[in-house]
Amino acid sequence: MTTEPASSSPAEARAEPRHGWRLFGIWLVLSLAADLLIWFAWKPHLPPGTMSDAARHQQFDIAVMAISGAPVVIFVLLYFIYSIVVWRARPGDDSDGEPIYGHTRVQAIWIVGTTVIVLWLFVFGTVELVGPAGAGAGEGPSPIWKLAGAQSSTWTPGGKTMLDVQVIGQQWTWTYRYPQFGGMESSELMLPVDTPVTFHVTSLDVIHSFWAYQLGVKADANPQVDNVAYATAKALGGFTVRCNELCGIWHGAMFNYGHVVSPTAFKTWASGVQAKEKADGVLADLPPYALTYDPTVVPQMGANLIKIDGITGAAGYYYPPSDPVTP
Amino acid sequence: MSVTARAVSLLAAFVVVAGLVIFVAIYFIGGASAMPTVHYTASGGQVNVALQEDPQNDSASKPDWVSYYVQDPATQKWVHTTLFSVPANTRVNVTLYGYDGCTPLRNNYFSEVQGTIGNTVNLSQFDQHGKEYVTDKTTPVINAWSDCNVGHTFAIPGLNLYVPVASPNASLSANNLCSDSPCTPSGNPYAKETFSFMSPSHGGIFRWQCLVPCGGGFLDGNSGPMQTLGYMMGEMDVVSS
Repeated sequence: MTTEPASSSPAEARAEPRHGWRLFGIWLVLSLAADLLIWFAWKPHLPPGTMSDAARHQQFDIAVMAISGAPVVIFVLLYFIYSIVVWRARPGDDSDGEPIYGHTRVQAIWIVGTTVIVLWLFVFGTVELVGPAGAGAGEGPSPIWKLAGAQSSTWTPGGKTMLDVQVIGQQWTWTYRYPQFGGMESSELMLPVDTPVTFHVTSLDVIHSFWAYQLGVKADANPQVDNVAYATAKALGGFTVRCNELCGIWHGAMFNYGHVVSPTAFKTWASGVQAKEKADGVLADLPPYALTYDPTVVPQMGANLIKIDGITGAAGYYYPPSDPVTP
Repeated sequence: MSVTARAVSLLAAFVVVAGLVIFVAIYFIGGASAMPTVHYTASGGQVNVALQEDPQNDSASKPDWVSYYVQDPATQKWVHTTLFSVPANTRVNVTLYGYDGCTPLRNNYFSEVQGTIGNTVNLSQFDQHGKEYVTDKTTPVINAWSDCNVGHTFAIPGLNLYVPVASPNASLSANNLCSDSPCTPSGNPYAKETFSFMSPSHGGIFRWQCLVPCGGGFLDGNSGPMQTLGYMMGEMDVVSS
């Protein structure tokens, strides 16, 4: 909003600088400098890094949001500081301020400008959500945006077959099942590089959140829900898996580690774990692989334990939800 | 109200609030730190740790909570705590007595022994008369979904150490469990497991827990003793030299 003096002499009008152009010039220089700094100096160090396609997109998104927002922030702060410095009351000046009138052109610029900014962010955000197949976020059991890759019940290095990994949260640790390797399970998350991965995230007890930070993957782990997220690791190395949903008093301690390895090394590792679990017998002791992990149904014990009448304690069975009270 | 009266009132209110905060801090933080830590020292590059899990405990506040105990190596007495320390880079030989009855694991994957030397445990089981009905069986798996096998687990996720703790069999679990803690082998059925693992080369505190939802009285067995230090949740302090 601008002010127009009710009356001013020609001499005063000549002395008054063109504040709008001056502000615009300062704003343009500062905005350009800030955006260049963001893009070239800050972006390479922005989280979550570039370890996967999802992470790389998130880093790009944050940088674009930052260079979109920086000129707005600079404009607000610049106008604020300029007003204090240039339009402050001088010592001895007890007169009223200038009356404020409407200004159609300024209002139009304001409305059009903010609309363009919001629409740009909306379109950009949508494209960046659709393009990288959900941008590493959990999309629920029926994902709208799927990552390209062939589905198969087996997985071999070198092809474009999608690797399926079921992520299982429980108080307070993570485990991972690999259905293409006989449903074997591991407390380490191993992934092959340059391979599209489908994460099926679920929980055995309360709500957790699977957050493979460096991979840019985050998906809620809800009991009885198959929450699907995608990623393709692009660099070898280690990463951390944390729980990102307050899930109890030891939530902060619920983390473990994963590794991105070569496809051949992954195949060797997965086949080795599968063989060991088969030899130990634990593979046969696991429930058949399913997209949701129902711990109350134990086929090996021939019963849906939670529905058995008369369970009042452990004694070989689960504690039921109402033992003895349901909060 | 005069300025002086206001100032005095404000000061009094401040003192009351500050006092409450200090009381709460001392009550809770001080109370937690009052739990004893059992220190194990190495001999010949090894350290011997003894634990037991009981269906109840001898505390005044939560006597019906299932609980671990740690044996003090100096006095051989069982201490109601879940805090113990071991030296770094040392072979830790654990003897674990399971006096509690069986409860299935939610995730049967933890039936597999992981992270011990050899990825196995040695298991013996005794009835209440001291008769050994399973003798020193070396096994990589104790299947929690087959009959009545597992009572709890001893897991240190930070070390990828997961050990299922066997229970007395179904009949013994249902009828003859120890009812006076700390439990003793005399007159009580129990399982005895031995296993070893290497403590990490660096110092630090490693959380250990039971992965069986064993909190009777809480939703689905979660919470309660399962998440409380001194019961089924503990910390192993690895001390570097």
